Amino acid sequence: MSIAQYALLLSILVPLGATGPISLFSRNPNLRETATIAASVITFTLVAVVYYSVKHGIEPQLTLIEPFAGVSIAFRAEPLGMLFALMASFLWIVTSIYSIGYMRGHHEQNQTRFFIFFAVAISCTLGAAFAANGFTLFLFYEALTLSTFPLVTHKGDDKAKKAGRIYLFILLGTSVGFFLFALIWTWHLTGHLDFRAGGVFDSSHSRTVLNVLLVLYAFGIGKAALMPFHRWLPTAMVAPTPVSALLHAVAVVKTGVFAILKICVYFFGVDLLASLGTHYFLAYVAAFTIIATAIIALRKDNLKARLAYSTIGQLSYIVLGTMTANAWGIVGGGMHMLMHGFGKITLFFCAGAILVATHKTEISQMRGIGRRMPVTMTAFLIGSISIVGAPPTGGLWSKWYLLLGIVDTHEWLLLCALILGSLLSAIYLLPIVVQAFYPATDNTTEVNEAPLTMRIALLTCSAGCIVLFAVPDFAYELMSNIVDLGQH
Amino acid sequence: MNALTPHLSALQIILPLLAAPLCTIFRLPRVTWGIAMVVGVLCSFNAIAILEQVQSSGTIIYALGGWAAPWGIEYRIDDANAFVLVIISVINVFGILYARTSIPAELSEDRISWLYTAWLLCFTGLCGITISGDVFNVFVFLEISSLSTYVLVSFGTDKRALTAALRYLIVGTVAATFYVIGIGLLYALTGTLNMADLAQRLPEVTAHRTVLVAFGFITVGLSIKMALFPFHTWLPNAYAFAPNAVTAFLAGTATKAAIYVFMRLVLTIFPAGFFANSTIAYLIILAVGILGAFVASTIAFFRQDLKQMFAWSSIGQIGYMAIGLGLATSAGVAASFLHLFNHALMKTAVFMAIGCLFVATGSTTLNSLKNAGKRMPWTSAAILIGGLSLIGIPFTTGFVSKWYLVTAALELDMWWLAALVLAGSLVTAAYVWKFVETAYFRTDSNTTYTRSEAPLSLLIPTWILVIANIYFGINAQFTGTQALRAANAIFGFSS
Amino acid sequence: MTTFLGLLNYWVVIALMMTGLYIVIAASNYIKKIIGLNIFQTAVFIMYISIGKVSGGTAPILTGQPEIYSNPLPHVLILTAIVVGVATTALGLALIVRIRSAFGTIDDHDVRESVNE
Repeated sequence: MSIAQYALLLSILVPLGATGPISLFSRNPNLRETATIAASVITFTLVAVVYYSVKHGIEPQLTLIEPFAGVSIAFRAEPLGMLFALMASFLWIVTSIYSIGYMRGHHEQNQTRFFIFFAVAISCTLGAAFAANGFTLFLFYEALTLSTFPLVTHKGDDKAKKAGRIYLFILLGTSVGFFLFALIWTWHLTGHLDFRAGGVFDSSHSRTVLNVLLVLYAFGIGKAALMPFHRWLPTAMVAPTPVSALLHAVAVVKTGVFAILKICVYFFGVDLLASLGTHYFLAYVAAFTIIATAIIALRKDNLKARLAYSTIGQLSYIVLGTMTANAWGIVGGGMHMLMHGFGKITLFFCAGAILVATHKTEISQMRGIGRRMPVTMTAFLIGSISIVGAPPTGGLWSKWYLLLGIVDTHEWLLLCALILGSLLSAIYLLPIVVQAFYPATDNTTEVNEAPLTMRIALLTCSAGCIVLFAVPDFAYELMSNIVDLGQH
Repeated sequence: MNALTPHLSALQIILPLLAAPLCTIFRLPRVTWGIAMVVGVLCSFNAIAILEQVQSSGTIIYALGGWAAPWGIEYRIDDANAFVLVIISVINVFGILYARTSIPAELSEDRISWLYTAWLLCFTGLCGITISGDVFNVFVFLEISSLSTYVLVSFGTDKRALTAALRYLIVGTVAATFYVIGIGLLYALTGTLNMADLAQRLPEVTAHRTVLVAFGFITVGLSIKMALFPFHTWLPNAYAFAPNAVTAFLAGTATKAAIYVFMRLVLTIFPAGFFANSTIAYLIILAVGILGAFVASTIAFFRQDLKQMFAWSSIGQIGYMAIGLGLATSAGVAASFLHLFNHALMKTAVFMAIGCLFVATGSTTLNSLKNAGKRMPWTSAAILIGGLSLIGIPFTTGFVSKWYLVTAALELDMWWLAALVLAGSLVTAAYVWKFVETAYFRTDSNTTYTRSEAPLSLLIPTWILVIANIYFGINAQFTGTQALRAANAIFGFSS
Repeated sequence: MTTFLGLLNYWVVIALMMTGLYIVIAASNYIKKIIGLNIFQTAVFIMYISIGKVSGGTAPILTGQPEIYSNPLPHVLILTAIVVGVATTALGLALIVRIRSAFGTIDDHDVRESVNE
């Protein structure tokens, strides 16, 4: 085995292994958090090693076991997964630092359980990112659902339990009912589930069946929150903020869109996808989701709820990009995965910081809050700009490629949806910042920021948004490896 | 050992049959347990030896008492029943291992030896059903196992165990009699009771209406024995009120043997295609399987007692096995065999864990489960993993079963069936989740909990099965191959 | 054999079978249920014995002279089945005794009422 292969395997095992020290040190929070941060740093380093190898053209792969014929648990670091793994492992470090301040500042119960399941969830995310076939992807996808369930119900009250039930019901329901079904069908048609460049289907397969499969995949991957299977995401917001931030803005939901991207690129292949027909239908579903969620977000007064609906809409951008079935759209989708990740996690971090510092959750109470928390609200502004897709943030690039992709399809309604969606996101995000710097109703002006660790985290992420504006190349390079840009 | 090799199949029956009266002689609980355990272990090694012999040198044909078939009774073991025999024998060992601590908690000292007597007889019967190659002999073994099962059920602590046993006796006897009528008619037509012989002679008389009548009687009779919906009425109470160790043992073995005989008769001895081509029979089995899976799982959701809940769940799972069987293709039957094995593993583990709960709290209702996740982490985790396996979550055996069943359905282009099978998982998820919520989330924050885990002697057998459940969920090569070989054996007395 | 009388045995079998099954289902007294079960099983015994009968045949005893004799196999089978039937009846009755001491009744209806099923 080469170093890259070891690094690949270890990057999945280290977070899992970290649960040992974390539970061991349950009585000593400082040691426990050190273990978490150490694990996250090690994991990121390992992922970086894998990236170094991929960058030089060697995609490490390894097969663990083959439970039954043609179906194995195997990993391969291909560019798309690489991008996802880089983002998830980097943001885990930031979130770990953030969690320390949040969990203590907010006096949460069962902190050890929280950190354990968090680490397991990251392990699952990386497993899904490096999955070499549909079966492995599905395994980690399901494991991710189950490992995040205790995080969603962390509070343990009736509301959390109800949310947990909806969460599981929709995610398990769609994945078992549609996703697994589609996978077994694919296996039945092709005899394997390996992700292969250019796709596994060919002209010998019935068009109708492939169309049905595409729809099954798109809706079966409930984590992508395509309407009407989006309800789990807003309800999952009862979870502690770090969970909402990393898992429900980055890891979990991105695993969903990542799975859709991966399946479209490596099962169907871009050319076949473009000839199917239902991809337009799905593109319109995504466009509808973008507009509908933006309108809902406008009407939500709870900050986390507004951000959740915004997330659903942004995920649909990625689905929309994928379903344009051309190289630009897919490059845009992949990059949006990254850009939105940084932008949205910043916003959630801010929401958590506001909660810890002022115990406020509703937007209408946040008037004037910018004077008390200038750092937080500045970060919020940068995050918002990135979500809207304006310079100087990375969000600009992904929106740009998405736009190119949509223009290519000549579907003008989709283009309108994209632009209108961005406009609406500006309307539901920016007024929060503007209002925050108005004079507060109670005229308090003293600075009262969240704990230092939280500020470090949110500044890192907002800085990330700006850095990505300056250096988006690596993401572009990775994405351009998986699609043939020559055709344009 | 070499001298014994040709007689392995007879030993499988003789050992427990002789040990049963021994138990009534040595009335001491420990001694009788020892006898049962030794016999159980010997029999499972024997069963594994038989499986190996079958795989290395083909079908074993053993003429009992030296009388060659079709005059004498023969034991005929091929890939299919060797596989089932191993399942039954191994589950039996774990059942007895578990019974050591579990039974004294529920039964007075002087009755324990009777329980092991009945247990050994039941095991004898189940082995006999599995390996016999003579349809009437199957009936005799069926009744040996059934009669001892009624006795086993009646040992339950609740007085309702008695009525459950009696009702089971009445229904079970009607079922066995139906079966006898069926084979009587077949005998009248062909003049033979030997399975291989029947398989040869039946094609000549297929046109005869009597064959159809016989088919009807046999299928209904065996459907009752295997608790196929809607002939399941005896099962929930019998499982719920039997002693915990007995429930665990029965859940993994009794219905399994009946399913095997069902497959053997319906698919092997009836002429090829008789079943699959008679569209009605085939559709009825499929419909009954699907209905069973959905209805029973729904009823399970509304049960407040864990034993009742998982007993209903068993009926649902038998529905899945019926679906595979109803497909009547080798992929479908392989899926059934696989699920037979997997379900034996998971359901035995679940019922064992419920027994642990009973030993620790004296109750098996959902209410007694409050905070079980904290009080009894190992027990709750065992039920949880068993439950996840029932749903068909990846990394558990249930997932492998579902995979095979769905592929088998897709092979026949029955995508609607595949979709239904997967949708069934959601109904299962509903009742499993009811358990999870009670055990892990219904916490009264004011009370403090003391760890009150069940004794290790109960947890160890439970967890061995739980781990096996995960192992065979990850590495399904062995079970998958065996199931496929078994299915091929069902479709003809080849090799 | 095609006349009604020629098939008399089988008509009797059917009648007994249905009578027995009906009692098993309809009677609420446990002992009556067991009796019904016995009648039901007896019907099957008669069926088997009728199958084995060869018209004009004698008892299958080896006398050295070739002659027509009835098929002994079904009769032997039924011997086994009778044993099974007796065992079932005995067990059933034993259970009823236990039920009587536990519930104070042997009526299915009363038992169900007493446990509120």
